[in-house]
Amino acid sequence: MLQHLFLNIDAGTIDWSRAQFALTAIYHWLFVPLTLGLAVIMGIVETNYYRTQKAISKGNGDKSVAEFWKDAAKFWQKLFGVNFAMGVATGIILEFEFGTNWSNYSWFVGDIFGAPLAVEGIVAFFMESTFVAVMFFGWKKVSPGFHLASTWLTGLGATISAWWILVANAWMQYPVGCEFNPDTMRNEMVSFAEVALSPFAVSKFFHTVTSAWIIGAIFCVGVCCWYLLKKRHTKLAIESMKIGAMVGLIACLLTLATGHKSAQDVAEVQPMKLAAMEALYNGGTDIGLTAVAWVNPFCQPDYQNEAEPPLKLEMPYALSFMATNDIHGYVPGINDILNGYTTPDGKVEPSIDEKIERGKKAIEALAGYRAAKFGSSDDGSTAAAHLKVLQENMKYFGYGYIKDKNDIVPFVPVNFWAFRIMVGLGCLFILFFLLIVILTYQIPFISVFTRRLLAAVGLLPETEADCYAVTNLPAWHYWLAIILIPLAYIGSECGWLVAEFGRQPWTIQDMLPTWAAVSDLNSGSVALTFFLFLILFSTMLAVEISILLKQIQKGPELSE
Amino acid sequence: MDLSYICNIILKMMPMRKNSIFHRVIDLYYDGFRSMRLGRTLWAIILIKLFIIFVVLKIFFFPNFLKQHADGDEAGFVASELVERSQP
Repeated sequence: MLQHLFLNIDAGTIDWSRAQFALTAIYHWLFVPLTLGLAVIMGIVETNYYRTQKAISKGNGDKSVAEFWKDAAKFWQKLFGVNFAMGVATGIILEFEFGTNWSNYSWFVGDIFGAPLAVEGIVAFFMESTFVAVMFFGWKKVSPGFHLASTWLTGLGATISAWWILVANAWMQYPVGCEFNPDTMRNEMVSFAEVALSPFAVSKFFHTVTSAWIIGAIFCVGVCCWYLLKKRHTKLAIESMKIGAMVGLIACLLTLATGHKSAQDVAEVQPMKLAAMEALYNGGTDIGLTAVAWVNPFCQPDYQNEAEPPLKLEMPYALSFMATNDIHGYVPGINDILNGYTTPDGKVEPSIDEKIERGKKAIEALAGYRAAKFGSSDDGSTAAAHLKVLQENMKYFGYGYIKDKNDIVPFVPVNFWAFRIMVGLGCLFILFFLLIVILTYQIPFISVFTRRLLAAVGLLPETEADCYAVTNLPAWHYWLAIILIPLAYIGSECGWLVAEFGRQPWTIQDMLPTWAAVSDLNSGSVALTFFLFLILFSTMLAVEISILLKQIQKGPELSE
Repeated sequence: MDLSYICNIILKMMPMRKNSIFHRVIDLYYDGFRSMRLGRTLWAIILIKLFIIFVVLKIFFFPNFLKQHADGDEAGFVASELVERSQP
C-alpha cells in the first residue's frame, strides 16, 4: 500500500495525508448516518404524537396515548441532539486538510468543489440550526403542527446537506459539468445542473442516505432491546421497536436497490474499482459474483499470473447482472483494463500504456501552452497549437503521472473484503429487521408460524411460541440486537472504504493521482497532526458515547 | 454570560410588541437557552470543539499552503508543481 517511495517529494507525505483524511472522514461518518437515521425515527414518533393529539382535539382521542408519544418523541430527539452536537463541525476539518495537505488538488478542482460545499454550509447553518431550535425549544411555544414540521425539516435539512457533500464526492469519482482552464489551472463549472444532478451523485445520495436510515433503525431497535433486557420503559421500547424495525426493513430493501444502481454506475465509470471489489483478474461475459474466495488481506494478489483467487465460490451470472442488468453482460477484469479491451458491442477501451502516452502529451502541451502564453515572444499560434493538443488529450491528463501501469490498480484486499463485509452485514440486517417486524407486528398466520418455527429449532422458548409479546425473550435475543449497533457502523464505514479505496490512486478520476494532488509538505508534520487527531477524535468519541449512554440509562422524561 | 443572557438583553433593549414575530423568536431562544440542562453540557462541548478546530488546529496546524508558497501566483505555482511531478 505504501507505493510512493519513488517520488521526489517526501515519500511518507502522501500516505500520511491519505491516512489523516481517511481518519477524519471515518470519524465524521460516525455522526452523520445516525443523524440522518434518527431524524426519520423521531419524525415518525412525533407524527404519531401529532395524530393522537389531533384526535383529542376532535374529541375522540386518549390523552395518555398522546402524552406517551410526546415523551417518546422527546426521548429520541434528545439522543438525536447529543449525536448532532457531537458531530457539529467535524466535517470542517476535512476542508482544512484540502487547503493544507492537498493544495494542488484544491486549486485544480476550482469552484466545482467550492460551490456544493458552500451551498451545504448555508443549508446546514440556516435550515438545520433554525429548525433544530424550534424542535428543542418550541414544545410549549409553537403549535403541534409547526413543531412537527420543524422536526421533519431538521431531518430534511441534514439530508439536503448530505446531498451537496455527496455531489462534491461524486464529482471526484465522475468529473462532469466542467472544463479545464489552463490559464487559471482550475476546472471551471460549465453546467451546475450537470454537477448537481450527476447520475453518479444521485445514486450515491440515495444509497448513502438509505443506508444511514439502517443505522438509525438499528440504533433505535438496539436501545429498545436494552430497555427490554432491563425491563424498563417497556411500552416505549415495544412501540419504538416497531417503528425502528419497519424503517430498517424498508431502508434495507431501498439500500439493496440503490446499491444495484450504484454498482452499475461504478461498472460504467470506474471499472477498475468494480474489478478490485470482486478480485476479478480476467473479465468477460456471463461473469459470476464472488461470494467468498481466499484473497490475502495483507498483500496485493498476483493478478497478472493468477486466473482467479483460490477457493472461489461464486453465484453464476450475478456480477454481469449487477454491473450491466444483463446476465450475459461484459465485465472487464483488472488485466483487461490494464491491457485494453473491446466490449461485445464494439466499444474500444485503450490500454493503460496508451492512456499514459496521451496523458504525457496533455501535460507537455500544458507546459508548452503556459510557456507560450505567459512568455514574451509568442504571437498566439504556438499557444493555440498546444491548447488543441491539451484539449484532445485532457481526458487522460492524470495518466501522465503514472510511471507503471500497475500503479492504477487499487489495493485489492481492502476493496474485496470491505465489499463483502458491507454486503454480508446488509443481508444480515434484512433478516434481522424482517424477524423483528414479524415478531412485533401481529401479522396473521406469519407471526405465529414464524414463532413456532423458531421454537421448533430452539431459537425461541416454547412458552413464547403462541403469543405476540417480545418482553420475555431470552437475554441473548436482546444482546444480539445491541451488538448489531457497532456492526451497522462497520458495514457503513466499509461502504466508504470501497468507495474511496476503490478509486485509488485517483483524487479525481483519471485527472489527478494522489501524488500529484498532495502538497509538498514534510511528512513528519502530517504525521504529527494525524496523531493529534487520533487523540482528539478518540477523546471526543469517548465523551459522546458516555453522554449518549447516560441519556439512554436515564430514559425518557415522563410528562406529569 | 450565556446565550439566554444575550437573548434577554435583546428582549429588553428592543421595544416591540409581545406578539410580534421577532419577539416570539427571541423569546423562543431565551426560554430555550434558559431552561437547558443537557443542552448546557452539549453547548460547552461544541464551543470547546469549535475553539480547538478554528483557533488551535486552523491557525497552528492547517495554514493555507498555496498562500504561503505561491506568492500570489497560485495558478503558476500549481502549474509548475503539476508539470514537474510528471517528469521521470
